[in-house]
Amino acid sequence: MKWIPHWMHELSSPPTFYRFATVMRPWFLVLALVTTAIGLYGGLVMAPADYQQGDVFRIIYIHVPSAEMSLFVYGVMAVAGFIAVVWRIKLAESVAMQSAPVGAAFTFITLVTGSIWGEPTWGTWWTWDARLTSELVLLFLYLGVIGLFHAFEDRRQGARAASFLVLVGVINLPIVHYSVQWWNTLHQGTTVRLFGPSRIEADMLWPLLVMMLATKFYWAASLCGRVRTDLLSLESGKHWVRDLAQKEGH
Amino acid sequence: MRPGSLSAACAALLRRDLLLAWRRRGDIALPVLYALIVATLFPFALGPDPALLASVASGVVLVTVLLSMLLAFDALFRPDLEDGSLEQLMLAPQPLALMLGMKILAHWLSTALPLIIIAPVLASMLHLPGHANAVLVLALLVATPLLSLLGSVLVALTAGTRRSGMLLALMLLPLCVPVVIFAAGAVSAAQLSLPWIAPIAWLGAALALLLVLAPLACAAALRIAIDA
Repeated sequence: MKWIPHWMHELSSPPTFYRFATVMRPWFLVLALVTTAIGLYGGLVMAPADYQQGDVFRIIYIHVPSAEMSLFVYGVMAVAGFIAVVWRIKLAESVAMQSAPVGAAFTFITLVTGSIWGEPTWGTWWTWDARLTSELVLLFLYLGVIGLFHAFEDRRQGARAASFLVLVGVINLPIVHYSVQWWNTLHQGTTVRLFGPSRIEADMLWPLLVMMLATKFYWAASLCGRVRTDLLSLESGKHWVRDLAQKEGH
Repeated sequence: MRPGSLSAACAALLRRDLLLAWRRRGDIALPVLYALIVATLFPFALGPDPALLASVASGVVLVTVLLSMLLAFDALFRPDLEDGSLEQLMLAPQPLALMLGMKILAHWLSTALPLIIIAPVLASMLHLPGHANAVLVLALLVATPLLSLLGSVLVALTAGTRRSGMLLALMLLPLCVPVVIFAAGAVSAAQLSLPWIAPIAWLGAALALLLVLAPLACAAALRIAIDA
């Protein structure tokens, strides 16, 4: 494994990551708050109303970033889960398992905001459209992963078993992403594209991109906090945790 | 067949599991009875209108079969785990994936096959027309091994935990959504006299893939779940 740089090895040790997360968390949080403020101001105040939907369309500034995060977090979980299953690295197990509730929350927000938007626009809260259904399935997958993790008494074993489930569930990821193209149903197709021109006005686009950045920062901050706590309880018998506790006077 | 050879081990395991299932015949009857009861409840809930029942029959039978299989999954590894023979199997020189494949086959023969036999009866109780009934049996013949293979991986993951019933449902149901969609799609196409072979072919392709991958994944999952 010579191709992995030295700092990565170092960062994957719990005490080093604990210090890294302690330093980074406030920065991520501040960046998340600032970008959210800019994105929401741009989206809710500055962006023009849609010619057809009026102001209802503005919910995309919550909906689309959350939807993107629901897939992104699952992708991160899958990569961390793969590392956890194959190399049994403690930090990867922690990252995979602590990402799950955050991802589930983003999936839930996606479904709720989608319903709120669908009622006035499509005239229904819920429809058995391919993308809606696969997003719901994604939520169930997240819940299954969380449930399996907590079903084991040994946390590391539970983390590895749940990571394996994450890998089995990866098959759903392309289904959610391409469902709009494969089954041409109610949900609209891709508007914001990484490659080629986006099919959205620039005034409406930039707050969306800023919000996508904001959700990433929020996720990073949340993950830092969650993994920090998790590492402390996982390693509670180790020297570095005892030293830390003594230093803080507990 | 030389004793200790691969084929002898496969045959011995298959024979043992089928014999054990036969000795506990009552356990085989339970999922069938459960399916019968669930399917009987639908006409009470929906009303006895034949046209309405015929339109939902294929879906009701499929979901009923799925739920019955879900109930029976717990018996796949639990008895062997309790009496320690599963650990022996994991230590055996024969490849674990192949041995688990045999166990899954025995489990499918003893739980899914009775359900497939009773499925046309349930479907005709719900007024599914004859030709669609034949397609339903065909769809079940392809879909139930798929469910068994998918389920075995997840059962292996929950093998080390104590309360696994509801958890298994939560884990399995999202993954079996495509199976239900394609199987039900084939039957409803047959009901409308449309070509129905394409969804069955998709299921067959998935089955060919999972026949190879699922026992391997099942073995890996079992090694994770029964680590200590």
